[in-house]
Amino acid sequence: MIQVENLSVRAGAFALSGVRFEIPNGHYAVLMGKTGSGKTTLLEAICGLKPIMAGAIALAGRDVTRLTPGERGIGYVPQDRALFQTMTVRENLAFALHIRRWPRADIDRRVAELAKLLGLDGLLDRKPNGLSGGEAQRVALGRALASRPGILCLDEPLSALDDDTREEMYALLDSVRRYTGVTTLHVTHHLGEAERLADVIFVLKDGRIEPRPGRKAISPQASP
Amino acid sequence: MADNAQPGQQPARQGRSDGPFLLGLATIGVLYVGLIVAMVVADAAFTTPRNLWQTLGSPEIRYAIKLSLISCSITAILSLWVAVPTGYLMSRNKFPGKGLVDAVLDIPIVLPPLIVGLSLLILFQTPPGRAIQKVVPITYAIPSVILAQFAVACAFAVRTMRVTFDQISPRSEQVALTLGCNRSQAFWLVALPEARRGMLTAVTLAWARSLGEFGPILVFSGATRMRTEVLSTSVFLELSIGNLQAAVAVSLLMILAAVIVLLLVRFFGSEPAFGKGMEP
Repeated sequence: MIQVENLSVRAGAFALSGVRFEIPNGHYAVLMGKTGSGKTTLLEAICGLKPIMAGAIALAGRDVTRLTPGERGIGYVPQDRALFQTMTVRENLAFALHIRRWPRADIDRRVAELAKLLGLDGLLDRKPNGLSGGEAQRVALGRALASRPGILCLDEPLSALDDDTREEMYALLDSVRRYTGVTTLHVTHHLGEAERLADVIFVLKDGRIEPRPGRKAISPQASP
Repeated sequence: MADNAQPGQQPARQGRSDGPFLLGLATIGVLYVGLIVAMVVADAAFTTPRNLWQTLGSPEIRYAIKLSLISCSITAILSLWVAVPTGYLMSRNKFPGKGLVDAVLDIPIVLPPLIVGLSLLILFQTPPGRAIQKVVPITYAIPSVILAQFAVACAFAVRTMRVTFDQISPRSEQVALTLGCNRSQAFWLVALPEARRGMLTAVTLAWARSLGEFGPILVFSGATRMRTEVLSTSVFLELSIGNLQAAVAVSLLMILAAVIVLLLVRFFGSEPAFGKGMEP
């Protein structure tokens, strides 16, 4: 569950103020808005990467407003993916687990699991440099999901992909949510993308959030 | 072509060669490259291998080579040690007075080198400077050579590291924060490994800059043979006693070192740029 209450954030020249919305557990929410409307700023504020001026953020029933990004239990995929260029795909996937001092065997098991889920088996020893857009996106998704966060924040995750890859990613995002039950906030300006994926669509306009129902109604409950 | 031309419209001028334009560019470029190459060739032609060997055999020059190598290496490492945190701070943080600090960091780059030397000399004549000198003699001693080199070279290293971190997107570090890192871990595990080429460039640049440093060393360290004489001082001392052959021999040695450093910077600093000239 993502609950945002009366949030005010400075976004470049203007400010978002009094932003409030709620995403129920296991739901896939898409936040839409024009370029420069403050979508990314809002996402960064939820992730703890942008200081907020007022308001409160609760994730999975826990007030995280004052917590550091790492303590919030969020998987974050930025628009440019920002893969760790000096590390292999395997090291990218294992990064959060090393930081959290998981035992070696558990890390290996989790990396294998993610590679299977995301179709990264053949790429584990490659560096990000030579990956295609779709592959890089899957690695970024895997890196964000590795420590089993309750919340997934995706910033324009499909914007740089061709149509075929985009279709593959729709299917992949569907299977990720079915498999993990993660509550997702996905930012885009692409209406087709929103309608294809969302349980609930929010539109950010003039610093305010307006909800509009998504067409799709996949059950938000996670399967085992 | 005339078939498609509308009345009153000029057809696009085609068929005019780009030759004169490219020839103009090439002429100007070749003139300057020619000047550089001609200077080096003139130096090389001026001396003989025997003379070169003789000069390099003299104990004074050997001392200068040794002192140059050691002081430049210490300066380069010190510069990198200061440049990495300073460059990172300037690249990633906003703080009051940042513009002023940025300008101060550029002072050694724009200041005449002689003034850097004079300022250091004056600094160590102030009461705090004298107090330090009671513990470690600096002026006219070897530490002054390193300090004079460091004062200028470090500014270049800081600039290089600042640009390096500016070019690395802070996104990766932000992702690392969401994955559980604190800022220190994000720096050590993510930013620093991605900055390694920039670090290599900064350290080599600082080294090369130190090797060429002359003005500050002359003023702050003096030019005492077998004591504070580095290679640039040797050239000056040999010239001042009219020994042009020896001055040229030492110069050739420094040119060689400069070429090696430049090749290293281009090879490690920006591998793609190094290969570009050879691509079809």
